[in-house]
Amino acid sequence: MSEGTEAKSEAKYGRFHRRFFEGRAGVFAVATTIAISIGGIVEILPMYTVESLAWERADWITPYTPLEVAGRDIYVREGCYLCHSQMVRPMRAEMLRYGPWTRAAEYQYDRPFLLGSRRLGPDLQRVGGKYPDAWHYEHMRDPRSTSPGSVMPPYSWLIDAKYDTDDVTASVAALARVGTPYAATDAASVASDLRRQGDQIIGSLATAGITAEWDDEIVAMIAYLQRLGVEGRAHLEAEGGQR
Amino acid sequence: MERVATGTGAGVSETTVYDDQIVKMFFTATTVWALVGMLVGVIIALQLAWWPANLGLPWTTFGRLRPLHTNAVIFAFAGNVCFTGIYHSTQRLLKTRMYSDRLSRVHFWGWQSIIVAAAITLPLGMTQSKEYAELIWPIDVAITLVWVAFGVNFFGTLARRKVKHLYVAIWFYMSFVITIAVLHIVNSLVIPATLFRSYPIYAGLTDALVQWWYGHNAVGFFLTTPFLGLMYYYLPRAAQRPVYSYRLSIVHFWGLVFLYIWAGPHHLLYSALPDWAQTVGMVFSIMLLAPSWGGMLNGLLTLRGAWDRVRTDPILKFMVVAVSFYGMSTFEGPMMSIRAVNSLAHYTNWVIGHVHSGALGWVGMISFGMMYWMIQDIWKRKLAHPSWATHHFWLATIGIVLYTVAMWAAGLMEGLQWRALNDAGRLAHPIFLDITTRLEPFLWLRLLGGTLYLIGAIMMAVNFWQTIRGPERPADAAAVPAAA
Ligand code: HEM
Ligand code: HEM
Repeated sequence: MSEGTEAKSEAKYGRFHRRFFEGRAGVFAVATTIAISIGGIVEILPMYTVESLAWERADWITPYTPLEVAGRDIYVREGCYLCHSQMVRPMRAEMLRYGPWTRAAEYQYDRPFLLGSRRLGPDLQRVGGKYPDAWHYEHMRDPRSTSPGSVMPPYSWLIDAKYDTDDVTASVAALARVGTPYAATDAASVASDLRRQGDQIIGSLATAGITAEWDDEIVAMIAYLQRLGVEGRAHLEAEGGQR
Repeated sequence: MERVATGTGAGVSETTVYDDQIVKMFFTATTVWALVGMLVGVIIALQLAWWPANLGLPWTTFGRLRPLHTNAVIFAFAGNVCFTGIYHSTQRLLKTRMYSDRLSRVHFWGWQSIIVAAAITLPLGMTQSKEYAELIWPIDVAITLVWVAFGVNFFGTLARRKVKHLYVAIWFYMSFVITIAVLHIVNSLVIPATLFRSYPIYAGLTDALVQWWYGHNAVGFFLTTPFLGLMYYYLPRAAQRPVYSYRLSIVHFWGLVFLYIWAGPHHLLYSALPDWAQTVGMVFSIMLLAPSWGGMLNGLLTLRGAWDRVRTDPILKFMVVAVSFYGMSTFEGPMMSIRAVNSLAHYTNWVIGHVHSGALGWVGMISFGMMYWMIQDIWKRKLAHPSWATHHFWLATIGIVLYTVAMWAAGLMEGLQWRALNDAGRLAHPIFLDITTRLEPFLWLRLLGGTLYLIGAIMMAVNFWQTIRGPERPADAAAVPAAA
């Protein structure tokens, strides 16, 4: 029936198309490939020009520490980005709610990016420093204890589970390989760094009467959340509080 | 165009010429994955209305099941639908058997294994986090290999075709095979850290741009162009009418494949992406309305003179509603790409309403229509319960309306309340949760709509099962038209 589906009278309109493309599958395939390539090339390649690279970089943002990398990996594993965006838009109400709008450079070490496309919960791009460490601990254990009416599921297993330091070393090494400037990526340095930052957080949790260990997953998660947007906010506010 | 005397209903020898076994395999897989994917959809809809449904287990939380839903409905359900239709119609359009039966099997079993691997890894939290590209890098490698097998098989079949001119459905299939390969490879370039984890070679906003170039075109070339190909083959066959306009199909094909690729940045409006990129994305999205509606009109006008049959034939009902929802979501999409509109819609349930008017309305309904038609053709049986098909149609239609209306209402409400300021210039609703909790009734309504849609799909599966198990019945005229 293939041929029967096309009205005969119409064939004359497509004489060129018929002869040039429809009779030759190879030519058709090449033409299609060209047609679908142009837009992507025009939009994506300019991201790699010198000027663009500069605009996406800034020295007021530092790479994620090993503990923050571990926390970020857990954030990805649990799919937090499916409910929480990390992008404050340059609109008055957003800036009142969340803080200065997000600049490109603030994402420069984000692999993968975690902008998100939904706000089933609030934006988290500037959540760092908004609450004490103990708040995050309680909130992850039982979201409704800190936020009545929340629809977020509890993540109590983060309290019992421990991250694997070798795994974090592998992550840091891979991130260094794609260009993140880490001073040291050997297992010993990563482990001591994890321990140092972890100890700070369990110290702050202890003041609220919570006992945790430096390699608990919840500690890594808190480290990640508490750094989100902090450097950017400090820089932007110092620059004259431009919002 | 010239008619070939030995049409498709050539009779006894048909199955020896065409490989219909592979079509049956993909057909069966489609039916199973449809139920799985939609069931997970209903579960996550319940979780959003009632959080205890997360069950307190890591493997069953929303954050892990949502990617399972999207992967199951897009790659398992929609993917297998496309393969079913492509393997069935390509052989008939080109009057030749698939190039290699072995490659067909590699494609089938490879694809199903990938889906099973996805269903295991996603609940375990193994993900790359990019929407619709979550699967970990070893699975990405497998996808590439299976896609190459499919591509070789498809183009091999084109090379040994017995019909010189390629029918419009084939053009759309071709764009599907080529574009998905390009998108998948470019968006999956990563450096592995372990067997289960990797980091993209792109960082920050560049990574986001590459992802949404991929993401929007996954919609364009996984959920749109192959389905337009299916429409161009199965709608005329079910309606027994020729395609309305050949010229229109040329213009809208090239318009669609050229314009779609540019529209990705409409997912990053108001981000720190350079203004020129955002503007280009917006302008091309708006232009995309024209070729999209070209396809819709060509589909609807094909039914000219057959509208009386739409009233009685559930297959045509499914197809008409599908094409109408295609028109609706491709009108809504360009509107949502306008910056001012997007500032309201972005991040809200409105986007979810848009997604599902395309997914349930267009992808789902055209698939159901095609499958009800095809089962009678390849299994040579009449439907066991023809009236159930009509019930399915109404359940699905009511389900979509409830789903989308609930999401539009919820989306508008939250969008407006997030931005509302009081007279003093402060936030009118400073507490985020106050807004969220007001959405609850709409989330239950959406759950109801989704459940009706799922019940319809279950009825379809039972109907198929009993049709296939039942005695061979002489198919009716619509199933095997003589020469046209
Ligand atoms: C029984 C039917 C279905 C139900 C109840 C359902 C439910 C859901 C829910 C609750 C979400 C999450 C929404 C959110 O984040 O707020 C979702 C997301 C999604 N669903 Fe479905 N779904 C169904 C069928 C389908 C089908 C058939 C498709 C595709 C062919 C589909 C494609 C998607 C996509 C692409 C998303 C992600 C949207 C985004 O990221 O913006 N769904 N679905
Ligand atoms: C001309 C056609 C279309 C245009 C211009 C368009 C445009 C858009 C826009 C502007 C968004 C919202 C992005 C945001 O604010 O986050 C969106 C989201 C989406 N659309 Fe469309 N749309 C079109 C057709 C379709 C169709 C036919 C489908 C389904 C078959 C579809 C599926 C989706 C999905 C899945 C998303 C959610 C992406 C995500 O955030 O995860 N679109 N679209």
